[in-house]
Amino acid sequence: MAGKKDELVYVDSKGKRVDGRKVEDLRPIKIEVGVIPQADGSAYLEWGQNKAFASVYGPRECLPKHSASPYKAVVKFNYRMATFSVPDRKNPRPGRREYEISKVCGEALERSIFVERFPNTQIDVTVELFDSNAGSRIAGLCAASVALADAGIPMRGLVCGTGVGKAGGKIIVDLDKTEEDAPDAVDIPLAIISNTKEVVLMQLDGILSKKEWQQAMKMGIDASLKVHEIQKAALKARYENVKGDDKK
Amino acid sequence: MMTELWDLRVDKIVADLKEGKRSDGRKVDEMRKVEITPEISKNAEGSARVKLGNTDVIAGVKVVLGTPYPDSPDEGSISVGVELLPLASPEFEFGPPSWDSIELSRVVDRGIRESKTIDFKDLCITEGELCYVVYIDAYAINHDGNLFDASEIAAMAALSQTKLPKVEDGAIVKGEYAKKLNLKYKPILNTFAKIGNVIVADPTLSEEKAMAARFSVAVMDDDNISAMQKGLGGSFTVEEIDKAIDVAVKNSKQIRKLL
Repeated sequence: MAGKKDELVYVDSKGKRVDGRKVEDLRPIKIEVGVIPQADGSAYLEWGQNKAFASVYGPRECLPKHSASPYKAVVKFNYRMATFSVPDRKNPRPGRREYEISKVCGEALERSIFVERFPNTQIDVTVELFDSNAGSRIAGLCAASVALADAGIPMRGLVCGTGVGKAGGKIIVDLDKTEEDAPDAVDIPLAIISNTKEVVLMQLDGILSKKEWQQAMKMGIDASLKVHEIQKAALKARYENVKGDDKK
Repeated sequence: MMTELWDLRVDKIVADLKEGKRSDGRKVDEMRKVEITPEISKNAEGSARVKLGNTDVIAGVKVVLGTPYPDSPDEGSISVGVELLPLASPEFEFGPPSWDSIELSRVVDRGIRESKTIDFKDLCITEGELCYVVYIDAYAINHDGNLFDASEIAAMAALSQTKLPKVEDGAIVKGEYAKKLNLKYKPILNTFAKIGNVIVADPTLSEEKAMAARFSVAVMDDDNISAMQKGLGGSFTVEEIDKAIDVAVKNSKQIRKLL
């Protein structure tokens, strides 16, 4: 298996990747808004093989009371994966990975929301993945931001992002599982606020020079803004023909 | 929704049902429209999304290797779980499974297990040593009542697609399959709500808020019964249950055609 991986050409002489994309290309993304009638806001997102549902409930009473803040709404974000969303069955109980992702994604969303307008409340954001292939946290986060907009929660802008990194010595956008498994792979999950371009989520694992990182950031932000266009189009499609309060 | 608002809605439902009317215009023995979308997850060995009206459930199957139980060395096993995701309702929370979700999982599990639709002997690989364990996990996406039937139909739809992985030297060969999982029957779960003195099939969320008692029955292809469960603080007469079973037999035939 290892020998086979070494032979893989991650970016060929024509600039094509293993699945035929160019270095700056995203996988196909599809977003649907308002898919969960019970929720205050919701979205369904497909990103390559990743399939994510996101729901928003709130702002509502913050429970338990000691978790409330008199200054702002508390964003309670939960990212989870279905047992069958990965090649080997996942334990139904959430693990350390899911808790960490939930924390950083919730923090990214908090910056995008005018939380100070809703003191003593909580906003529950839930993301569930039903299929996955690299980049699921950013898929979930982008779906969640659309769900927040669907819930009518005032925001600075949408949170949009992508994975970006390196495989086979080249900087590439939106790594899939094959590329993440490259011997020299570097993965940077990245998310920004669409209109200010401020970075609200960034992680990195792998070894990269500063220069490579700079190139990755530039390509990552450009790609994130493409994701933003898809988010915007999905919201427009949902609300274009809605007049007044007849959302449901 | 706030309790006071539910109370108002419940009053209306009870009053309307006295005149034989349901809020969505259905007859008392009529199910909502069922929509089944197969192949939701490529990583699953089988999966499906089921919409029962606005109630929305996704189920998926993972097959892993295990050791047969000592009292049945020539059999594999199955496990059914239903998770009430906070996606689906403002009332669901993360945390250890609630009693409601445990009851739900167990009723769905019984409907499938006891029908013997899966011959556990088919899941044995090496007697006493190695067998398949079939995990069926269902997740509520939107809760508009009757998660029981939606979860069971989703579980059956996912199972009907399931392929058993190829096994070599005691390990699963990734991406290769030995055979399709054989299902002998298609048991269908049918749940009823008792509201006042009226029994309705396939209750919506509002009807569930109004119900005093709940009754579920799993019906097989030959109209035999494979599982039952009466729930909540109210009660049924024997005649009411008898009639509900007749309705269940009739409705199951419709659903079975979709699987």
